[in-house]
Amino acid sequence: MQQSPVLELQKPIVEIRNVSFGYEAARPVLRDIDLAIERGAVVGIMGQSGCGKTTLLRIIMGALAPTRGEARVLGRATGELDRDALYAMRRKMGMLFQFGALFTDMSVYENVAFPMREHGGLPEELIHDLVMLKLQAVGLRGAAHLTPTELSGGMARRVALARSIALDPQLILYDEPFTGLDPISFGVIVRLIRELNDSLGATSVIVTHDVQEALGVVDYVYFMAAGRVIAKGTPEEIRASPEPFVNQFVNGKPDGPVPFHYPAPEYGADLELAGA
Amino acid sequence: MSRLASVRGQIERLGSGLSSQVWRVGFASRFLAYMLLHSGTALRRFHLTIAEIYFAGVLSLVIILVSGLFVGMVLGLQGYETLQRFGASESLGVLVALSLVRELGPVVAGLLFASRAGSAITAEIGLMKATEQLSAMEMMAVDPVARVVAPRFWGGVLSMPLLAALFSAMGVFGGYLVGVQLIGVDAGAFWSQMQAAVDLRNDILNGVYKSIVFGIAVTWIAVFEGYDAVPTAEGVSRATTRTVVTSSLAILALDFVLTALMFTGGNGQ
Ligand SMILES: Nc1ncnc2c1ncn2[C@@H]1O[C@H](COP(=O)(O)OP(=O)(O)O)[C@@H](O)[C@H]1O
Ligand SMILES: [Mg+2]
Repeated sequence: MQQSPVLELQKPIVEIRNVSFGYEAARPVLRDIDLAIERGAVVGIMGQSGCGKTTLLRIIMGALAPTRGEARVLGRATGELDRDALYAMRRKMGMLFQFGALFTDMSVYENVAFPMREHGGLPEELIHDLVMLKLQAVGLRGAAHLTPTELSGGMARRVALARSIALDPQLILYDEPFTGLDPISFGVIVRLIRELNDSLGATSVIVTHDVQEALGVVDYVYFMAAGRVIAKGTPEEIRASPEPFVNQFVNGKPDGPVPFHYPAPEYGADLELAGA
Repeated sequence: MSRLASVRGQIERLGSGLSSQVWRVGFASRFLAYMLLHSGTALRRFHLTIAEIYFAGVLSLVIILVSGLFVGMVLGLQGYETLQRFGASESLGVLVALSLVRELGPVVAGLLFASRAGSAITAEIGLMKATEQLSAMEMMAVDPVARVVAPRFWGGVLSMPLLAALFSAMGVFGGYLVGVQLIGVDAGAFWSQMQAAVDLRNDILNGVYKSIVFGIAVTWIAVFEGYDAVPTAEGVSRATTRTVVTSSLAILALDFVLTALMFTGGNGQ
């Protein structure tokens, strides 16, 4: 079972093999997903809202176990881990939630210090220096004393980012990091994702439906629809994809394989023209 | 035919409602067991629990003190009114103190605690869940039950007996104000009869036990409802309402059971 660390480093950091999952047995949300995420890359998992991206992310972080197939993260199958082993694995991962999920009863400083306090047993001076380091990395050292309610959406996202890299994770997961940001904040977050990934020597997974924006950030893309991976490749390959669904998404066309109209009875019948 | 179907439907709804309630009690019990097992953090890092005692206590303190005063004053008025008909108005102190220590202190303080602190605990935990703060914690390999829920539980459990005691003390003071200062019952008789008649074990300790049991019940319900809330604004508001209703009923029902157990055996002899 135990492999040499060198071999481990050459293997993908996340390997999803043939994974299916459903919250209820009758309705599968993920079907036969296969993907591999190489170390050091920034990888996008893209697709329409409701196609199962967040669910896939929950499987990667071990919050859900696949119904079928295997999810290997950092060399271990997440489905087989007990609580302690799972928590040990999560200390090497950082996760940015969609709306930041900052602790509203703590200051910015305490939010970033939280993972260090819970796990480190570090002396207070060291925690202070580390918090300042992380806040400096996201440009918010001056905001350390503020509370989360005093922050704008973009700033809150950056603080959450600082918190998720507090323990220098090997793998950083982002759930819809671009939603609801103004163009400047968007630019800042895009730059930070790349900078932090490279400076920490980490691997990043970005789950998003903001396809056009995200294509400019990532090295590799998995494109999902209705619980399946329907396309994969570099951003150039995805932009040039002949797959009509991907094409509709990349170009933001209102009608296509994803119809403009929600399924409905004949328009005439609904207007009761038939009866007249 | 359709009538039969509707009766059947009602019975089915009743049955499924009942069985889902039973499931909920089961979940709540498992939750309690898990929380007790993972209370190490709350007790080892006791400042976390102290902060919650402060939160629950400060929230409830003013309402508890004011209510205690008024309840005691009403007891003074009503008690005097009745006692003087039998020429026993010197026993006013006994009546006020026993009513408060045995019943009104734990019960009314418990009801106030449920609606003030209990609802706040539910809303706070529910909102943390709705805004993914609990998931975020779990992703940082920190158990939210150990870090967020258990300190609030212990904070509530430890506050409640103190609040009930304050309520009773305030109530006795209110009774004294009305009985002695306003109506003119003899102060010496008021206090000395009270001192002679109130028994430490039978009355005071039993009242304290009650307040401990109520504190556990209310806080357990409050943290469970918060943790179990549907993670939306509406879900949290429903959970908050459920906390107040369920824990108030629990207090009254438990009070009957405890009173029956505590005071029937002793009085026979
Ligand atoms: N906790 C849950 N219980 C049941 N169904 C869920 C749950 N979370 C998500 N779903 C369903 O699973 C599907 C995929 O959801 P999700 O993974 O959140 O999609 P995405 O993140 O791509 O928008 C949706 O149809 C959603 O309704
Ligand atoms: Mg999602």
